[in-house]
Amino acid sequence: MTALEIRDLDVWFGHAHDRVDAVKGANLSVMQGESFGLVGESGSGKSTILRAITGLAPQWSGTIEVEGQTLSGAKRDRAFFRTVQMVFQDPYASLHPRHTVDQVLSETLHLHGLDNIDKRVAGLLDDVGLGQRFRFRYPHQLSGGQRQRVAIARALAGEPDILLLDEPTSALDVSVQAEVLNLLADLRTKHGLTYLMVSHDLPVIAHMCDQLAVMRNGEIVEVMSSATLRMGNPRHEYSQELLRASVAPQ
Amino acid sequence: MNDLTLRQWLLADAPTSRRHARLSSLYKGWLTLRTNSMAMVGLTILVLLVFTAVFAPVLAPHDPFSQDLASRLQPIGTGGHLLGTDSLGRDILSRLIYGARITLYIVALVALIAPVAGLLVGTVAGYAGGWTDVVLMRITDIFLAFPRLVLALAFVAALGAGIENAVLAISLTAWPPYARMSRAETLTIRSTDYINAIRLQGAGPLRIITRHIWPLCISSLIVRVTLDMAGIILAAAGLGFLGLGAQPPSPEWGAMISEGRRFILDHWWVATVPGLAIFTVSLAFNLLGDGLRDALDPKDDGQ
Repeated sequence: MTALEIRDLDVWFGHAHDRVDAVKGANLSVMQGESFGLVGESGSGKSTILRAITGLAPQWSGTIEVEGQTLSGAKRDRAFFRTVQMVFQDPYASLHPRHTVDQVLSETLHLHGLDNIDKRVAGLLDDVGLGQRFRFRYPHQLSGGQRQRVAIARALAGEPDILLLDEPTSALDVSVQAEVLNLLADLRTKHGLTYLMVSHDLPVIAHMCDQLAVMRNGEIVEVMSSATLRMGNPRHEYSQELLRASVAPQ
Repeated sequence: MNDLTLRQWLLADAPTSRRHARLSSLYKGWLTLRTNSMAMVGLTILVLLVFTAVFAPVLAPHDPFSQDLASRLQPIGTGGHLLGTDSLGRDILSRLIYGARITLYIVALVALIAPVAGLLVGTVAGYAGGWTDVVLMRITDIFLAFPRLVLALAFVAALGAGIENAVLAISLTAWPPYARMSRAETLTIRSTDYINAIRLQGAGPLRIITRHIWPLCISSLIVRVTLDMAGIILAAAGLGFLGLGAQPPSPEWGAMISEGRRFILDHWWVATVPGLAIFTVSLAFNLLGDGLRDALDPKDDGQ
């Protein structure tokens, strides 16, 4: 079954002569339980696709289907937020500076209309590998990796089926990156999640995803399996170029 | 629980309950404020002012309203009048002490009305955007365009003289800067990822504004209010001076200056003493505001 289907997606910002086309005619489909990667350099429109799905980029045309439901405009209903959640790129910007971890998680649970909030908060913290002693801390008392774990816990609070990951590790230290990626991989197995993951890091995508799409200037130039990527024979010349750039000694 | 362990409990790295986390962050703010000696001077003066207002009947050596024309315009320190007497022979110190009540009353009422109104208008305009923003901000501009005292004068003239109407008039002229400020803050806050994140949890605009935007606006608002307090006291004194605020025989400090004005050359203390009181309290609010800015600034949280 298809979890997420995108056809002829155009996303743009601004009006008339100020208009910038961020995504042009994108097509992709993600199967239930699959992990799908979007790669490309900065400004290639990969994050914009995620924002169009969640309604944060209101100007788009084409078709977006989530578990068979067709989306329209920028309004999303409660059922959508219980199906699709997003983890943001920068954990330093995605947590409210005045809310404790406990406030963040219990408010989210409350918004999803769940009961037994105290127990669920404890469960979520265990799920993402944060102990109970982090429960009443403020974001500034946490490290980057810990913050991103809180953000992941928040995304999981409503028990979604699909998780959109917007470069979840690019703001973190290399050593912490691996931890968070492994956590995400474990959570996917445990909860049977579907991932749509954006990254500019080919090795990360090759490690995390079954399928990937390469984007350039708002267009998807190639969709391939990560096995193809690992064997080093993508078809499109831009994909080959990206691959060469990422395996070249730094 | 002795003093040391209470301190350790408050500074704990990993708070154990919601209340603990809140108290702990309050205590850390207090510690920051305490290192600022000027702010502590301001705070001390204001605590003294509150103390004076509460215990006015005990502290005042004379009845502030009892007239004694035989000993009118006594200079400082004569005949049992520590700060002298005014043109009707009333003890200036006693009037000053009772006047502290009026000053606090004005300050408290304005501080309740103006920032709340400004916060409401500013955050709604900033978060909603579009036409709501345009309409609310143009109204704010209209209020901002008038000189403050002139607008307050017009309101008092329309509503009638008196301390409540003076407070109302001052509040009506004081809210636009708060609205502008909270709108500007809201504009930067509303596009951040943590607001996007809560929107993705299905939160409505009301919850976002009150639970997520207000807490971030309030610290700068408090700072701005304490800095404005001096101006508010002076505006109230100005209205009193013009005879449109507190009415005689009420011992409002501005009205006392106004009365003393007639004798300022021969009997300088009648106008100077309440003037010094206004000056001291204004200064105290300014010093405290400065310190609060350092203690409350959310941008310092990350360090």
